[in-house]
Amino acid sequence: MPDTSYLLAAIGVSVAVTWGLRALPFAALAPLRASAVLHYLSARMPVGVMVILTVYALRDLPLTSPVRAAPTLLALAATLGLHLWRRNAVLSILGGTAVHVALASTLFAHP
Amino acid sequence: MDSAPGGTLTRPVPPPPPAAGPHTPGPNAAGSHADEPDTAAPSARADLAAALRDSSSVGLGLFPLGIAFGVLVAHAGLSWWWATAFTALVYAGSLEFLLIGLVVAVTPLAQIALTAFLVNFRHVFYALSFPLHRVGGRFGRAYSTFAMTDEAYALTTGEQARSWSGRRIIWLQVLCQAYWVAGGTAGALFGALVPAKLVGLDFALTALFVVLAVDAFRARRDIPTPALALVCALAARFVLPGQMLLAATALFTAALLARRALAGRRALAGRRALAGRRGPAGHRTADGRRTAAAKEPTRA
Repeated sequence: MPDTSYLLAAIGVSVAVTWGLRALPFAALAPLRASAVLHYLSARMPVGVMVILTVYALRDLPLTSPVRAAPTLLALAATLGLHLWRRNAVLSILGGTAVHVALASTLFAHP
Repeated sequence: MDSAPGGTLTRPVPPPPPAAGPHTPGPNAAGSHADEPDTAAPSARADLAAALRDSSSVGLGLFPLGIAFGVLVAHAGLSWWWATAFTALVYAGSLEFLLIGLVVAVTPLAQIALTAFLVNFRHVFYALSFPLHRVGGRFGRAYSTFAMTDEAYALTTGEQARSWSGRRIIWLQVLCQAYWVAGGTAGALFGALVPAKLVGLDFALTALFVVLAVDAFRARRDIPTPALALVCALAARFVLPGQMLLAATALFTAALLARRALAGRRALAGRRALAGRRGPAGHRTADGRRTAAAKEPTRA
């Protein structure tokens, strides 16, 4: 279990990096506003980063064991389906998570 | 959230509009009055009331997601007030979800810094259009950048926000953070009471990323970009599993730059071929305008 000083340091590091990323570009980007490369990247990075983070979140999915991967795959389908259908982020996230919790703790529960 | 998980709780987070267009004066364009509401400054109270309305839709998403986060904190074995500390201080939703797993495993701080950098890097581009120039005061501007989550960005850069005063923007950000912190704290207190057998709750983070990806895709409908990202992510996952985030992001950025260079060269070659066919051959030069049009782009 992490101790208090480590947790505080982890929070401090996260705050510094996050705040820096949010605040510094207001000064640094001013001269770069006209950069075509920057605009090309800024228009395409968001969707790419989200796809990468999705794969990252699923990195430990046990693909070789369909039974153990099933709750996650079904919940993934539920989330995608809900979001394509209703376009309501809260509903999609809570719905997908509920499916996952329900399947993982009942049908597909493993000791 | 990336902040916030909700980034897009109610509407897709628009990708940062390319270039400061005519409607997005830079931070230095304080002189532009187009978006300054100089009509009788509304009272502080009216601003707060307006911010309450503006933030209600996002709040409906932030609060329950905060609860999910708090429950995870409690189930990770941390005291409930760590949920308050995380939500109030880090205030970047998807990073916070990832942080729980990282700190429980006592991950080295350097790797936490790297993760924070990669997960929140997209915020760099928000500076291109977030209306910080309307916010007054050193403290106000500092807080405004601190609390510039996906939700805050999405709300304040929309069409409806053109006339919002700096005070209204700050109130909006304060309220969004309040919903998130309250949800996290309530979830941690509640989660400590629930038997720790609610397995699978961590899927909320995956679902959040899926939703944000779909919303980001809807904003542009450009299939090659997410396909490229998927290939890069899978390659990084299997080749460099230990540094997957870093490898995937670097690979993806390089691939985008290569694609842009390739598209540029192809366009240029196309124009040259066109100019060559039309120019010297002289078939169409009777139409002077065409020749001019064909030549023009090659100069660019």
